[in-house]
Amino acid sequence: MELTLWTYEGPPHVGAMRIASSMKDIHYVLHAPQGDTYADLLFTMIERRGQRPPVTYTTFQARDLGGDTAELVKKNIKEAVERFKPKTLLVGESCTAELIQDQPGALAKGMGFDMPIVNLELPAYSKKENWGASETFYQLTRTLLKEKVSSSEKISPLRWKELGRRPKVNILGPSLLGFRCRDDVIEIQRILSEQGIDTNVVAPLGASPDDIERLIDAEINICLYPEIAEASCEWLKRNFGMEYTNTIPIGIKNTIEFINEVHNKLNLPLTNKEELENKSKLPWYSKSVDSNYLTGKRVFIFGDGTHAIAAAKIAKEELGFEVVGLGTYSREMARQVRATAKDLNLEALITNNYLEVEDAMKKAAPELVLGTQMERHSAKRLGIPCSVISTPMHVQDVPARYSPQMGWEGANVIFDDWVHPLMMGLEEHLIDMFKHDFEFVDGHQSHLGHTATNTKDILNSDEKKENNPKEGIIWTESGRAELTKVPFFVRGKVKTNTEKYAILRGIPEINDETLYDAKAYFS
Amino acid sequence: MSKVEFNKETGPREVFCGLTSIVWLHRRMPDAFFLVVGSRTCAHLIQSAAGVMIFAEPRFGTAILEEKDLAGLADAHEELDRVVNDLIARRPEIKTLFLVGSCPSEVIKLDLATVAEKLNKRFLGQVRFVNYSGSGIETTFTQGEDGALKALIPLMESSNEEKLLLVGTLANNVEDRFKKIFKNLGISNIESFPPRQSTELPKIGKNTKVLLTQPYLSDTVRDLKHRGCEIISAPFPLGIEGSTEWFLAAAKAFKINELKVHEIISPLIDRAKLALESHKEILKGKRLFLLPESQLEISLARFLHNECEMDLIEVGTPYLNKDLMKEEINLLPDNTKIVEGQHVEKQLDRVRESNPDLVVCGMGLANPLEAEGISTKWSIEMVFSPIHGIDQAADLAGLFSKPLRRNQILTTKTLVTH
Repeated sequence: MELTLWTYEGPPHVGAMRIASSMKDIHYVLHAPQGDTYADLLFTMIERRGQRPPVTYTTFQARDLGGDTAELVKKNIKEAVERFKPKTLLVGESCTAELIQDQPGALAKGMGFDMPIVNLELPAYSKKENWGASETFYQLTRTLLKEKVSSSEKISPLRWKELGRRPKVNILGPSLLGFRCRDDVIEIQRILSEQGIDTNVVAPLGASPDDIERLIDAEINICLYPEIAEASCEWLKRNFGMEYTNTIPIGIKNTIEFINEVHNKLNLPLTNKEELENKSKLPWYSKSVDSNYLTGKRVFIFGDGTHAIAAAKIAKEELGFEVVGLGTYSREMARQVRATAKDLNLEALITNNYLEVEDAMKKAAPELVLGTQMERHSAKRLGIPCSVISTPMHVQDVPARYSPQMGWEGANVIFDDWVHPLMMGLEEHLIDMFKHDFEFVDGHQSHLGHTATNTKDILNSDEKKENNPKEGIIWTESGRAELTKVPFFVRGKVKTNTEKYAILRGIPEINDETLYDAKAYFS
Repeated sequence: MSKVEFNKETGPREVFCGLTSIVWLHRRMPDAFFLVVGSRTCAHLIQSAAGVMIFAEPRFGTAILEEKDLAGLADAHEELDRVVNDLIARRPEIKTLFLVGSCPSEVIKLDLATVAEKLNKRFLGQVRFVNYSGSGIETTFTQGEDGALKALIPLMESSNEEKLLLVGTLANNVEDRFKKIFKNLGISNIESFPPRQSTELPKIGKNTKVLLTQPYLSDTVRDLKHRGCEIISAPFPLGIEGSTEWFLAAAKAFKINELKVHEIISPLIDRAKLALESHKEILKGKRLFLLPESQLEISLARFLHNECEMDLIEVGTPYLNKDLMKEEINLLPDNTKIVEGQHVEKQLDRVRESNPDLVVCGMGLANPLEAEGISTKWSIEMVFSPIHGIDQAADLAGLFSKPLRRNQILTTKTLVTH
């Protein structure tokens, strides 16, 4: 039993709903009690979709349990097929139905329909949402393409040359409730098209079962979100020889690497190499003098595997931040995240307990958090600015404007989204220069609404927690007075550092001089 | 009884389960914690229904059942013990811990009553444990509150003191208004159930006169009756009419002269009628379709027809207790079509056929209906907003006039652009 207050991922059948809802001409009959219909609001409220997810719930009740729930399943399947006339039917169960073992998929297959039926077995008590989405997409691909496996020759990435046409690729992995997927697809398609590469199919987002059957018309697959598409890409590689890409085009360097990888795989010469760096404003904005203030800013990163890894690279190499924490809730991607963390001399935090993340965040004392909605909450409580880079989805993460994370425009979005929660360089310089002016007394702060940043709060909050300050250390009048002169946005850090210094040196009382000694020591 | 048409419907539903009521119960009783014993789905549901992460550390959580918990029930009990220990160590301020059953825990027959009993012995004097089921195979949405309150009744001490007990979760400001008005009427001993602190449960007995504030408390009412309480039969205090009848029923039970009631509440009524006018202008003649969710539908239909002059197409309710709703049904217009239960697809077919001006529905259906050009109002807003009482009648009407007003603004071409 695992105690959760908030959870990063839903159950696996919600993952299946993400695939079904992303696609056309598909219907999902879900053996589930009425309460499970809440999942509809993820799509209709959070993603503001104007359509209901294509899901029929069997809505079994306690009184049905004594009777024949299997009959109820069949009745619902029949009604759903008649009403929605899908080209492919998904059949599965939620956690409660799994316990009563009606095997709805097998029942559906015995009903004599002439459409492909995908029987989804998603173990609700051991797996989670992203796994469920991945498995559903994989089972669907497999079901719709398995008859073509034996008849088909292995697909060469160079086939486009023989056929005398532009190379074609599939973009796999984008789905509803994925972070900014809708816009990423547009951006990636645009980039590929500029390079003379056509998109054959985008799936699951916007695809129909017919499109899945057409996947093998492309030369290679772009595995855009490995959480969802890797299993399918691997199956397509094994059975049709289709190569797939590994680089996720988030950030300038990754985007360039991605373009190179695609070209290499297709044996397509890169014609406009030198232009690439100028496609996005990020490199110049990052180099511009105002961005000096970004240097060494301490940043804590937590999210899904794909976005967390990309964020670490961008933070360090493209914005000049120092990454002081990196983690993910995607256990499936733990290995890659650990490797990235190791490169940064960090130990990756792999957990789905948001309280552990909050603790790690507190310990790392970052100046910026890049996380999920939960880290946004924790950061708010700790008075640290935060930008959201990953699911789980919040209605705020589905903006009206075009705001991809991937490609050139994605890099622009990332620069703005990550940097704006911080005080801008000019602003920070001015505050530093004019910090003794009356306008910068406590209470006059930036628009960010920092909490617990004035001296009294900082000192008091510790006193409340620990009864006395750290290990009996006392702040004298002069020490406190000097601390108030430190700009509020670094005051917490200065305080911790000074206390650390005092403990190190066995100084029982911190006065103004101790503060400067500590400053010199740590600088 | 008026010539009301009763129908029953079964099929796929689109309704929140009883777990969702935790979202308002935990706000009512800040010293209580609600621990759902369920699946990842349950955790995800509450998180999604609670406005997706609006609280940094909520007073509810889920003990998520894992594969190994399903294998042996004895282990599940031990595991639950461990989780509870952790929780109480982390949150020592908790006074009452509700163990909330879910669909999976009901199906595997996890005996939460026995667990609660054991924990009560262990944490005697520190934390009280109660259990109820909010499972979606047994309860819908607001019925969760019924379960939670019913579970508290055995903890309520007996007293023969004469008192008025308001039953059902109210917004604090509404509760304060009610108490003030009752005091003006001459009823001074008033208590609320649930109370604002879970440990301050009212004492009850044969001189307790129960006035319901919410229509979804069938089981609670039955148990209060068993404890000797007298249930005052009345419509529910939504709108001017319902609230007036409600005050009058209470006054009658306390043998207070009806004239005095009118004397005290008529200024309130005049004021409320005035405030209602602007909303009525928008709502009048508009056609309303209520989909089942909160069990407040019948009272809302009565208010929106009788006081706001809306036309009722269909009044859905997930569950109908004809006895509790008797007074409400009497006030409905002739030929009102009430549908208990749901077949969501067939019901939506009827919505489209009847082309209503406004649909009251759950959150999963709202945007799809809006996309079809049908204005909607979310049911869940009724359980979160202060809508009870005469003073709130205009606010209640406002919840329904706003979507219509909004669509009017957005579809009217007022800007001359040429």
